[in-house]
Order: sequence, then C-alpha cells, then structure tokens
Amino acid sequence: MSLRLPESLAEEIRRHGEAAYPAECCGALVGRIEGEAKEVVRLAPAVNRRTDDPHRYLITPDDLRRLEAEVRGAGLEIVGYYHSHPDHPAAPSAFDADHAWPWYSYVIVRIDRGRGAELASWVLADDRPQLLSESLDVFSEV
Amino acid sequence: MSVTVAIPTPLRNFTGGRDAIDVAGSTVGEVLDGLLTTHGGLKRHLVQDDGRLRNFVNLYLNDTDIRQLESTATPVREGDVLTIVPSIAGGSPATETALPKLSHAEVLRYSRHLLLPEVGVEGQRKLKAARVLTIGAGGLGSPLSLYLAAAGVGTIGVVDFDVVDLTNLQRQIVHGTSTLGHSKLESAKARLTDLNPNVNVIGHEARLSSENALEIIGQYDIVVDGTDNFPTRYLVNDACVLLGKPNVYGSIFRFEGQASLFYAKEGPCYRCLYSEPPPPGLVPSCAEGGVLGVLPGIIGSIQALEAIKWIIGAGDSLVGRLVLFDALKLKFRELKLRKDPNCPICGERPTIHELIDYQAFCGIGAEPDYHGVEISVAELQREREAKGGDLVLVDVREPHEWEIAHIEGARLIPLSQLPDRLNELDGHAEIVTQCHHGSRSLKALEILKGAGYGKVRSLAGGIDAWAEQAEPGMARY
Repeated sequence: MSLRLPESLAEEIRRHGEAAYPAECCGALVGRIEGEAKEVVRLAPAVNRRTDDPHRYLITPDDLRRLEAEVRGAGLEIVGYYHSHPDHPAAPSAFDADHAWPWYSYVIVRIDRGRGAELASWVLADDRPQLLSESLDVFSEV
Repeated sequence: MSVTVAIPTPLRNFTGGRDAIDVAGSTVGEVLDGLLTTHGGLKRHLVQDDGRLRNFVNLYLNDTDIRQLESTATPVREGDVLTIVPSIAGGSPATETALPKLSHAEVLRYSRHLLLPEVGVEGQRKLKAARVLTIGAGGLGSPLSLYLAAAGVGTIGVVDFDVVDLTNLQRQIVHGTSTLGHSKLESAKARLTDLNPNVNVIGHEARLSSENALEIIGQYDIVVDGTDNFPTRYLVNDACVLLGKPNVYGSIFRFEGQASLFYAKEGPCYRCLYSEPPPPGLVPSCAEGGVLGVLPGIIGSIQALEAIKWIIGAGDSLVGRLVLFDALKLKFRELKLRKDPNCPICGERPTIHELIDYQAFCGIGAEPDYHGVEISVAELQREREAKGGDLVLVDVREPHEWEIAHIEGARLIPLSQLPDRLNELDGHAEIVTQCHHGSRSLKALEILKGAGYGKVRSLAGGIDAWAEQAEPGMARY
C-alpha cells in the first residue's frame, strides 16, 4: 500500500508541528481506501496527552474511541497518524517502532528549529518491531 | 457464553478482514485466550512474551476500560462487546540519544532493575543521567547514598564538612572503622565508588549556607535532605522552592522518623507543614536525645526510594503525603499535606524571594551570651580540691547517660526535672552544672539563675571534656 496525501494537508501537518514546537504534535489521518492506496481526505489533530516529556506523544484510547466514532459516522476511516520530530529527522525512533500498530501509516514531519521540513511515511513490518518506509505521494489538488 | 470482539482496522489482516469475531469464555482473559488461539497472528501485536497485554493495547468491555474493572479477570456476559482500542504513542529519538548508553557490564550489574517494566533500560538510563544531591553524609545520608550509588545514579553530590567519629558508626554505615578521623566526604566517596565505580561522586566540603546553597543545589536535578538541624532544613527547602527542585525530606529522632517529598510545583513545601521552627533547644538533637541506629536506615531508604521513583517516573510519589514511622510499635502512618495558600515562599503571595539568615530565623543567633559563666575542666579540678563539698556539681544528663559514666561526687538531676527539684539545692551554695558537651548545662544554668541562684557556672565541654583532660580512663560516648 501507499499513502496519498494532498499538498494542503502536508502543509497543515507542518503548521501543527510548528505550533507545538519544541514539543511534539500528533493527530490522525482520516481518509478512505482507494484500491492499493490509502488516501487522506482530512486531518484530525489530537491532544498530546504526554506532558511530562516533550519528546513523546500519546493519543489516549478514550480520545481515539471518540474520534473513531465520529470518523465512522462520516463514512471514513482512520488510515494512520502523524507526529512531529522537533530537530530530528523524519525517521522513526525505536520508541515509535515499539509502539506501532500494523497497517496504519505513520507520517513523521521534521521540525527544523521551529520550521516545518520534510515528511515521510512509515508502516510496521509484518514481523515487528521495525517501521519500514512507505511510498508517500504528496499531490497537489488543482 | 459468547462475546463479540470488535477488531480495529489495523488488525483485520489477521482476522481475514472481519471486523468482529464471536468468542466463547466467561472472563475477559478467557475470551482473549480464545481469540489468540484461533487467530495466532494477533498475538505478537497484542501480548508480550509473558502473555500480558502490551501497554499500548486497551480492552473495553462495552464502554469501560477493563483496567477500571477487574482487568482480565472481569467476568463477561452473553452479548457483551469487547473492543480492542489502540493507544497511539511514539516520539522523536531525542530522549534516547540524550540519555547515556549502558555498557555490557552495566546491563549485567543492573539486570534486576532491567527486569522491572517500571524501570527497564530507559529508566536505568534516566538513573545514569540523573544528578542527585544529598545534604549530609550522616545517619540518613549513609543508607540513602549507598542505595543511590548501588542503583546506578550517575552523579551523586554530597555536602558535608565533618570528620568520621567513633560515635557515628552505630548508624552511619557508609563510613567504617578504617576511615575514623578522615573527612566524611573522603570516606563516603571511597565506599560509594567501591560499591559502584560507574558513579561520579562529587564532594562539597562546606557547611550549606545562604551564600552557597543556590550555586550548589542549582547543579542537581533533585535534593535529598539528610540534615539534622532546623536552619539547614529551612535553607534547603527555600533554595529548592526558589530553584524549582524537588526535595526529599527525612528526619529521625530516637525511635521515630518521618519522610515526604516537597515539590512546590506540584504540592506543599516544608514551610507549608512547619511555618515556624520550634524555639531553640525545645527539640533535642540526636546527639542529645539519641537515635536507634536502624531508624535512619529505614527513613534514609525511603528517601532513596522516593528519589529513584521521581527520576524514573514510577509509582505514586510522597508529594502531599507525610509518612510517620514508629520503630517501637513498627507502625507506619500517613498524613495528607496541603499546600498552604499563605505559605511565605510557595503560597499565592510569597514574601520570601531570596535566601535569608536561617540561624537568626531559627532563633539560634539570639542565644544569650554565656561569656564568663563557664568554668574549664582545669579550673573545676582546682576549685574542687580547694573547696571540697562546698562546690556542688550538678549533672543534668539523663540517668542512662549517668550509667555510662559520671564524675565522682556529682549529683544527678536531669534537666527536665530540675525546675521541680530546686528545693534539693541550697540557695547559697556555689553550683557548677554539667552535662555531656556543655549545652544542656547552660540551659540548667539559666533555670537556676532565673530561680535566684547567684553563684552558678557551667562546665565547658561537659563530661566529655572532663574525660579527655581529667580522667583518661573514663568511658566516652
């Protein structure tokens, strides 16, 4: 599978990461399955419930259940999540891999000294606990 | 009984695409086992090697997290829905790279810690990165610095300016007979680095004061207070509040001890508990009142425990709680502490914005001037020979101290009984009061002067000085 992300939403992820800097932002990617691709149609920014450590994020099950119900109601699905790496590459940490779920796309955005930089998408290997690079198609809607 | 298990999207690859599976069982645990038996591919995503749920996997029975019920032992009923809900967590590698790595030897040394999920590799690396300051290398400082060093706290600062004395070794187990007469810092450093050479022990050979406290404490993440006096305790508290550092408090006396974690950002401070120090002399020190040697081992260990929990972020801290321990009854009690909105340093309108003169605050500088009322051992010897029985020597120590050693011809009237036993002393007699080191005898002198006795002096240095200078064969304590 690959992940298709409209340019405007990629920008939105960068803005969210910049606003949260130097802490991490996080949120869900809401979309639908289109053949062999997951296509994101909107973002659902989440509250980062980890406040003890700026290098961690957490979306609690209660928040997720609420979001899940809302997304389902709109006939859509959560296809993955995004979070920022302040001053670190858009590559998964060991902690990311350890906590990843299969199938979901994990988009990471690097925030470079407060400015949104590159994005990359990752997906869990079948035999855990490694996140593999996933094809990310950032397209501009005309 | 059959329960419907709702499968979240990411796991449907392992259930043939189905979003719900009916599983039989009478408890959540049985249903989960049943599910994993028929759909083995789910296993590595839901449970750890030991069979327990992974910490980011949540199970909801109908609408309630099973952790709020009876966990996997929660009974289920026909028609219940068990939903698997992910927690989504992660983060940048910053913490991982910022924390020091563990060598193979360290992994082996701390293996019993690494087996605890609450510590693990990350917690152990946090301990290695941590900087803890212990105030005092005495009764409390001994066990707590030993446990902190053994636990792998990377940097341990110790503030002390004293020398190891024989009377210390009944409880100050970081020192030993071989280090008698050495500085406590040197002695502690040798023992701690022998216990764990990975620990960097930094000595601060100074009396903690308003001049150096902010500079010293500012270098550390957390302070563990093992002091035995009120001025230092208020000083440590105020410096920690001003610097925003947590302060693990402990105190001991005879058979009783107490401990708490004062952290003004989250709860009360020492001043919220005791806004004013007791009048000087009212609360005897351990040197005056004694202390059971094991007691600081217990309270100091609690302090080490709280420091370690704070560093690794595990469990419920003692913030807002005061633990009281009675060794004779072997009972722990707990008092809830509240932040005092009127606290002069951490309240809503603080009036203390910098360190003050703590000796004066505790009334210690205000002690009367005893110059001229003390008598030396040599003078006492001379005068006793000349005056004989006309010079009354009053020993104001406790009977059990008298039993250890006393000066021939002295009369025992413990300080606490003195006001009631004045009738035993002739108002015209020449009196010399005497105690262990010469502090209680000055209080006795005050009482006698206040009662109209004119010719009273106090033996400087007490029986200890007498034993040293006049009677070398006498037992000292």
